[in-house]
Amino acid sequence: MKKLLEIDQCTVQFGGLKAVSDLDFSIHENELIGLIGPNGAGKTTVFNLITGVYRPTTGDIRFEGASVVGRPPYRITARGIARTFQNIRLFSSMTVFDNVRAACNMHLHHGISHALWRGAAFEREEKEVNRTVSELLEIFHLQHLREAPSTGLPYGDQRRLEIVRALATRPKLLLLDEPAAGMNPTEKDELMRLIRFTQEKFGLAVLLVEHDMKVVMGICQRIAVLDYGIKIAEGTPQEVRSNPKVIEAYLGDTDA
Amino acid sequence: MTKTGSRIGPKTWLLIAALISFGISLFEKRIDPYFHDIIISIGINIILGVGLNLVNGYTGQFSLGHAGFMAVGAYVFAAITAFIGPGAIAALGGGTLAGLSLYVVALLAGGLGAGLVGLMVGVPSLRLKGDYLAIVTLGFGEIIRVVIQNADAIGGPRGFSVTHLLGAYFFPTFLCAALCVYVVVLLVHSTYGRGFLTVADDEVAAEAMGINTTKYKVIAFVIAAFFAGIAGGLYTNFKEYIHPEGFNFLRSVDIVVIVILGGMGNTPGVIAAAVLLTILPEGLRYVAGWDFLSPQMQQIAGNRMLLYSILLIILMLTRPQGLFTRRSRLRKSL
Repeated sequence: MKKLLEIDQCTVQFGGLKAVSDLDFSIHENELIGLIGPNGAGKTTVFNLITGVYRPTTGDIRFEGASVVGRPPYRITARGIARTFQNIRLFSSMTVFDNVRAACNMHLHHGISHALWRGAAFEREEKEVNRTVSELLEIFHLQHLREAPSTGLPYGDQRRLEIVRALATRPKLLLLDEPAAGMNPTEKDELMRLIRFTQEKFGLAVLLVEHDMKVVMGICQRIAVLDYGIKIAEGTPQEVRSNPKVIEAYLGDTDA
Repeated sequence: MTKTGSRIGPKTWLLIAALISFGISLFEKRIDPYFHDIIISIGINIILGVGLNLVNGYTGQFSLGHAGFMAVGAYVFAAITAFIGPGAIAALGGGTLAGLSLYVVALLAGGLGAGLVGLMVGVPSLRLKGDYLAIVTLGFGEIIRVVIQNADAIGGPRGFSVTHLLGAYFFPTFLCAALCVYVVVLLVHSTYGRGFLTVADDEVAAEAMGINTTKYKVIAFVIAAFFAGIAGGLYTNFKEYIHPEGFNFLRSVDIVVIVILGGMGNTPGVIAAAVLLTILPEGLRYVAGWDFLSPQMQQIAGNRMLLYSILLIILMLTRPQGLFTRRSRLRKSL
């Protein structure tokens, strides 16, 4: 399988604190990978690293073979990496529809002059965007809520909307930051189905940060475990589950 | 997809607005000069408010130096009128067509000059957020004013007197106002324009969705500056005398108040606020003259500026989302 994302010996250091140390990590096309670890292990730091919010102090990050270090976040999204956020960050002043529509900006051909002149090319592209957004909303059962203010939606729907919005950027790699947070068991089951469905339908690679072990073990093909910024284990759910180092990281030493 | 959903497209609306303006302008000479002044001021304030609304309202930035761009437009227009004017008109054969051509050139030059200054100010400043951006734009507004004040060739502290290039005021002013509204509304409601709103809502999320937030901030800033420059030129042609103090920080605050009162990111609201806030100081002058009020009331109304300020405070306390916003939504950045 082709390597999509490659994190090469990356360290993220804030003053004296190493949030992430010498991380080696790869994601291949169409993989569903989990990233777990106790609180403060550096999982969201890794997300921010990949999406360009943080710059690695040392090391390199390559996406489809080309380095993305130093690129601003919007350029990294253009390369094909999209994300959702731990605390839902929808565009609060806009409707459900416009939230997804705004994410289509990246792939637009038209600009200011077209928007002002409103010629045939503009109308065609707007129709196209409308169609794309409507289709996406339909697939995720949000079309009936399209005109609702995005923040007025129930929590689970908001999480789903964030995923739809990220998909509108046509990513090859989707980063999901604790998507199951705050959900009850039924919602979590639904989420697991949704993630698997999304991955298959759109042919994506997915990197999932999650605390809920049932979700992670249930859908991930491979799991990496972080503790204090260091990768302590990587492997299939079976391997990770029975790895003594992982157990120690989560539960502590038996002699404590 | 037209926003209104009606058969009449936006370009047709613009044409209708232009025709109505032209129709009304035919009666321009018959209007009492006092009302005429107020009406032209309304038009100019609409341009300033709607332009700034793109920056402060839709894009969620905090610019406090808008009068500076108006000053650039005003002085570029005045300079062209005074220094190139007579020569150019003579070269073009004199007559109204020559005057009109130079007027259009001077107005556009004012707008472009202001837009250029907007670019120079915007690119370094727009990385800053909230209060910091406010102070920097305030600073730049003052720098522009002080530079003008020390430029003797364009009058400096004495101000600058010019003769009008065009004897018509109503039509150009309201045509430009209609154009300004057209540009801002059409831009913001396109998919491209939704980008401005994302910058206001959540910059981190916007960047993650592939939107270059700095580019949008600069574009909004430059467009607003351009229209402020046009407003400056219109003002100069009308008043025939400009002075750096007329473009000071207080003038910038006036425009910000129009945007806030209208509701940030609410163009019809901002237009209504521009009308209201232009009329209000003058209206209070009238109230002071109402004989059926007791002398004390008349005196209070006579303290127009005091009353005006108190009214603004009351409005901010009771309706901070703006007079005309239907959904109550406070801007986080403020």
